[in-house]
Amino acid sequence: MTTAAVSRSNGLARKPLAEILDNRNVLAFLCMLPAAALLLTFLTYPLGLGVWLGFTDTKIGRPGFFIGLENYVSLFDDSVFWLVVFNTLLYTTVATVLKFGLGLYLALLLNNHLPFKALLRAIVLLPWIVPTVLSAIAFWWIYDAQFSILSYMLEKMGLIDQYIDFLGTPNNARASLIAANVWRGIPFVAICLLAGLQTISPSLYEAAALDGATSWQRFRHVTVPMLMPILSIVLTFSVLFTFTDFQLIYAITRGGPVNSTHLMATLAFQRAIPGGQLGEGAAIATAMIPFLVAATLSSYFGLQRRKWQQGESDG
Amino acid sequence: MATVDIRSVHKAFGPTKVIHGVDISIADEEFVVLVGPSGCGKSTLLRMIAGLEQISDGQIAIGGKVVNDVAPKDRDIAMVFQNYALYPHMTVYDNMAFSLKLRKAEKSLIDQRVRQAADILGLNPYLERYPRQLSGGQRQRVAMGRAIVRDPQVFLFDEPLSNLDAKLRVQMRTEIKALHQRLKTTSIYVTHDQVEAMTMADRIVVMHDGIVEQVGSPLELYDHPANIFVAGFIGSPAMNFYPGTLKRNGGIWVEAEDGTRLPAPGNVGGADGQKVVYGVRPEHLTLSGGSSGVQAKVDVVEPTGADTLVFSKIAGVNTCAVFSERHDFRPGQEIRLQPRLDVVHLFDAASGQHL
Ligand SMILES: Nc1ncnc2c1ncn2[C@@H]1O[C@H](COP(=O)(O)OP(=O)(O)OP(=O)(O)O)[C@@H](O)[C@H]1O
Ligand SMILES: [Mg+2]
Repeated sequence: MTTAAVSRSNGLARKPLAEILDNRNVLAFLCMLPAAALLLTFLTYPLGLGVWLGFTDTKIGRPGFFIGLENYVSLFDDSVFWLVVFNTLLYTTVATVLKFGLGLYLALLLNNHLPFKALLRAIVLLPWIVPTVLSAIAFWWIYDAQFSILSYMLEKMGLIDQYIDFLGTPNNARASLIAANVWRGIPFVAICLLAGLQTISPSLYEAAALDGATSWQRFRHVTVPMLMPILSIVLTFSVLFTFTDFQLIYAITRGGPVNSTHLMATLAFQRAIPGGQLGEGAAIATAMIPFLVAATLSSYFGLQRRKWQQGESDG
Repeated sequence: MATVDIRSVHKAFGPTKVIHGVDISIADEEFVVLVGPSGCGKSTLLRMIAGLEQISDGQIAIGGKVVNDVAPKDRDIAMVFQNYALYPHMTVYDNMAFSLKLRKAEKSLIDQRVRQAADILGLNPYLERYPRQLSGGQRQRVAMGRAIVRDPQVFLFDEPLSNLDAKLRVQMRTEIKALHQRLKTTSIYVTHDQVEAMTMADRIVVMHDGIVEQVGSPLELYDHPANIFVAGFIGSPAMNFYPGTLKRNGGIWVEAEDGTRLPAPGNVGGADGQKVVYGVRPEHLTLSGGSSGVQAKVDVVEPTGADTLVFSKIAGVNTCAVFSERHDFRPGQEIRLQPRLDVVHLFDAASGQHL
């Protein structure tokens, strides 16, 4: 009798806590707490601070005051800022198109039966494994006005008769940086797309061949649609990485000549740290957010599971 | 519609030889089933006909034209794959219309052909669905539909029913057969299921380890198997085999290894003392009342409703007998089974060939 009563009262006492913990929402909240704390500390706080700084006239070594949209207003009238926006968009667009064109081509090549396939795949990954700064320095030398190996070889082949000033004129410098970015970015795109290609069942190609498709038609009607889901994910990442690129530019040209290769990220840094204008730099960095959100949103909607990937029978 | 001629075709994957010289002539409008155990090279042969594998040696001709060097897309052949290989990003309608679209057929013609095929296969309610949204049987039908709309010279089927459950398999088997009777397109059908082969084929090609063991109509193979392999492969439950020695001494019988005398028909070939294998199908064993027949010791009785399967031991060999009447033997019970002499088969033990 007594033991039964004790155990029952025990059970009653324990029930509410157990029940609360059993609740999905409570449990989910508890599990998310550590992650949320980390996110708040390391993502939201700096982001919030950055946005806040953009509304102040903070300088290095001097706390600033809230000045509203003044930084943005002055940026709006700043021709350098608009040049940099143009540079960034050009850089992102051209580099992304090239990376995807060449990366897809490379992925298709590597997906074929090649001798030394594993070795080739490892080689393709190399540019990506090398630290950015290291490859940037290498490019710096390749593009050097006097010691450029590229100019040297082209001259020896008789294609040019005087060394190319790769980094000296605005358009040359832009093209050179885009080339360097493409070189670094191709492995990521190629390997991701290769992974996508390998998930396509060979019998689909066989069925298409028997249906009368030429190899172009097989590419167009089987490869491309089947690759679309992974393609749009990789595209999003690639656009984000390229848009926010900093290391390559800063190591090779530092934005020169005459700001022609500055991107928003490098200009923000340039004004904030060497220039000391923390508030203005933060405003430039904040101005990147709408572009990034637009890129992410468009890929979010592009990424939404295509109808054929769903299993629902809603026809 | 066309004939298909396979002339001493060989196939090797690198150093591995898979097909060792196959000759088959398939007549126009014929339904031929390639059957054989797993790994014997059926799919490989079919894929060579489709052009998906190179022919290492020999020739394949479709409609009299040698196609060794013709690309798959120009062979005018439709194939139904074991995994169906439907395009996941296209609706059922588009899956079926794809080949005609590639051929730049008129829109109205495409529509007419697709709807006609959908009618035949009962796919009308599903035309706007994606393959993911279909059951296995429906996908199988779409794969068939994709083949039908093309109206090709030859249909190739690679185990199209092996992913379906038993009941659906029987139903689809009948449907495919009916479809063939209606369309009359030359068809080559690969399966490892001998019941499928028996029920569907005009002619069966029995393959084993990359060679053709025998070609013939289902009943020819059943009644006159050329060798032990075919005898054991065709027919269900499988034929019973007893190794022994042929004796011609006044009478004619086969003496099994333990001395049991198995009665043989008077007209068989083979010399006295020859090592043979004695074969009799389960359905050709009858229960004998008196002292005739061979003694058998019952192991298990399996009633299936329609038939009763009796497993016993004759001369130490596991034996299956099928009776259409019901029996209620106890395990261990001694019975006597009488082989029907007109349908007993004797094979040379060394070569395996029918005597
Ligand atoms: N690409 C290949 N490379 C090497 N060997 C292969 C290749 N394809 C098939 N084989 C071999 O060829 C033989 C025949 O294969 P195949 O697929 O034709 O068999 P199958 O008769 O269709 O068998 P199943 O009934 O299991 O489908 C097998 O031994 C297989 O291992
Ligand atoms: Mg096979």
